[in-house]
Amino acid sequence: MDKFVRREGLVVPLDRANVDTDAIIPKQFLKSIQRSGFGPNLFDEWRYLDRGEPGKDNTGRPLNPDFILNQPRYRGATVLLARENFGCGSSREHAPWALLQDGFQAVIAPSFADIFYNNSFKNGLLLITLAPAVVDAMFKEVEGAPGYRLAVDLEQQSVTTPSGKVIKFEIDPFRKHCLLNGLDEIGLTLAHADKIRAFEGRHQQVQPWLFS
Amino acid sequence: MGARTLYQKLWDSHFVHADADGTALIYIDRHLVHEVTSPQAYEGLKLAGRKQWRVGSVVATADHNTPTRGWERGMAGITDPVSRLQVETLDKNIGEFGAKVYFPFLDKRQGIVHVIGPESGATLPGMTVVCGDSHTSTHGALGALAFGIGTSEVEHVLATQCLVTKKSKAMQIRVEGELGFGVTAKDLILAIIGKLGTAGGTGYAIEFAGSAVRALSMEGRMTMCNMTIEAGARAGMVAVDDKTIAYVKGRDMAPKGAQWDAAEAYWRTLQSDEGAVFDKVVVLDAAAIKPQVTWGTSPEMVTTVDGRVPDPAQEKNPVKREGIERALAYMGLTANTPVTEIRPDIVFIGSCTNSRIEDLRAAAQVAKGRHVASSIKQALVVPGSGPVKAQAEQEGLDKIFLAAGFEWREPGCSMCLGMNEDQLKPEERCASTSNRNFEGRQGARGRTHLVSPAMAAAAAVTGHFVDVRELGDATQPVRSGS
Repeated sequence: MDKFVRREGLVVPLDRANVDTDAIIPKQFLKSIQRSGFGPNLFDEWRYLDRGEPGKDNTGRPLNPDFILNQPRYRGATVLLARENFGCGSSREHAPWALLQDGFQAVIAPSFADIFYNNSFKNGLLLITLAPAVVDAMFKEVEGAPGYRLAVDLEQQSVTTPSGKVIKFEIDPFRKHCLLNGLDEIGLTLAHADKIRAFEGRHQQVQPWLFS
Repeated sequence: MGARTLYQKLWDSHFVHADADGTALIYIDRHLVHEVTSPQAYEGLKLAGRKQWRVGSVVATADHNTPTRGWERGMAGITDPVSRLQVETLDKNIGEFGAKVYFPFLDKRQGIVHVIGPESGATLPGMTVVCGDSHTSTHGALGALAFGIGTSEVEHVLATQCLVTKKSKAMQIRVEGELGFGVTAKDLILAIIGKLGTAGGTGYAIEFAGSAVRALSMEGRMTMCNMTIEAGARAGMVAVDDKTIAYVKGRDMAPKGAQWDAAEAYWRTLQSDEGAVFDKVVVLDAAAIKPQVTWGTSPEMVTTVDGRVPDPAQEKNPVKREGIERALAYMGLTANTPVTEIRPDIVFIGSCTNSRIEDLRAAAQVAKGRHVASSIKQALVVPGSGPVKAQAEQEGLDKIFLAAGFEWREPGCSMCLGMNEDQLKPEERCASTSNRNFEGRQGARGRTHLVSPAMAAAAAVTGHFVDVRELGDATQPVRSGS
């Protein structure tokens, strides 16, 4: 996993609440046994006018001009601004994979769904939770100012707007630590292997039927 | 130790370690694996040269991609080569890494992972259960702590038998009184989601309690816990009682003999203690719940069958108003339309929410002696597992469905998410017993209305949504296509 310390990038506003993971990456792309190649199919049903299929060449597909990500002023955006409960629904980790592989490094919203939240951090996608009023104001600023960019500093837990306004955000210290250092969580857990084994021994004595 | 909630008890009995900030390791007893969210996890293990921690914890099946007909053709019955490769990859990974039990495609005990877990005794009370699928919350119906995880977590559990997590807050949803005639667990959970909202349970583990929940069958409890995630909560659960014990007893993987006695004694402690404190309590009156139908593109967009499609002009919150307008445009619905005037093209009875024997019986009760309306293009019944299918056939339910013009298919996830060929075409409208009405969920631009099995069957035989209670006795003929 890549380390995330400071990033700076163009913001695209996706003005919808409850964006679900079926929308982020439709089911047909979940048939892949690979971990890569999902970027061009991010938001596939909103992004293109035809139906996407795994293995289909996406370069010549008709784009939906009304979809915000397709508008020229937002090309190359790396920060997605969204409304509440972003990432609800299915546990598919293909959702953060698709966001990352399409170039996104951070998503800002008033709230995120639990499983998506976990999945994102395990892949180095930073999710920033800001108060609804702050997000609302940011939507207005982004829409009113072409080229609106944000600087995200994970170490400082801050987002800096083009006008120099610094907005602080909260993040779980463990997740921050893992993201800053690009840590492998399995390796961290295996450092506790003795504790796991000791627990397992006790657990087997108390509930032997779980091990038969 | 003071009075504890059921969630706290399950947490305590699996707690391995915690860091100062509360990030904890909890031990996982049962790891359910399916073909869609596991290939990259197994690949990750191989690349890192890691071993699987405990083979005996894994129970696997292929369910999402598998076809619901053409099984006589064997593996060639999976016509999409990309799907076939995914199913074959699971075969290969289980062959290489092992499992306690594997129900591969074509096995007579194969089925939807959340149906076969409880059915085979792979899920037991008091367990921690995970699966790379958000509807893992289903298994909480047995008094287990069960939740969906992502692929990185699948790999993590394979390698360490633990999950890194933080303790959730505990919510109790207490439903008191009796559900009315024709009102089911599905209607109850849809009404709860309508009340809480799709994010109302975020950060919580929800325990369903109260006399109406106690009165539900195990299948009904599974339906409720299954859709807990649609209210944003990763885990739903119901305390152990006589019904739980009776359900588990004799199942293939349930303990036997002296171990059974010890297990039963322990399981009977799996309730929230008197005086246990919840972070949030919601109380509902069961008698007030009516059959539910969703009208929009989120499970919270739900109303009663005697209700109307909402009018966005009445909504003051601009984000919500826009959400309603967008949903109505997507669903092809006009504000204020009575729900009973909505006419589905397709009916789907199945999914991990509603494909168990009780669900099929309820639908068959309505279908019996009636016929699918001429306006319905297709009415599918997809049992949740091989054993459910066999039992239904033994009871003659298949004949009832077939005589009524329904299709009787092989088990699998099918049209709930349309990873196989069972999909809606653009703008087709479906009365579905599944769990999600998201845009494109059942097929690109398809339109989903979530209902109970009886309500789906009633829509099939009348051609429009109808209060199943108005159909009365199942022997009364209803004019086809009325």
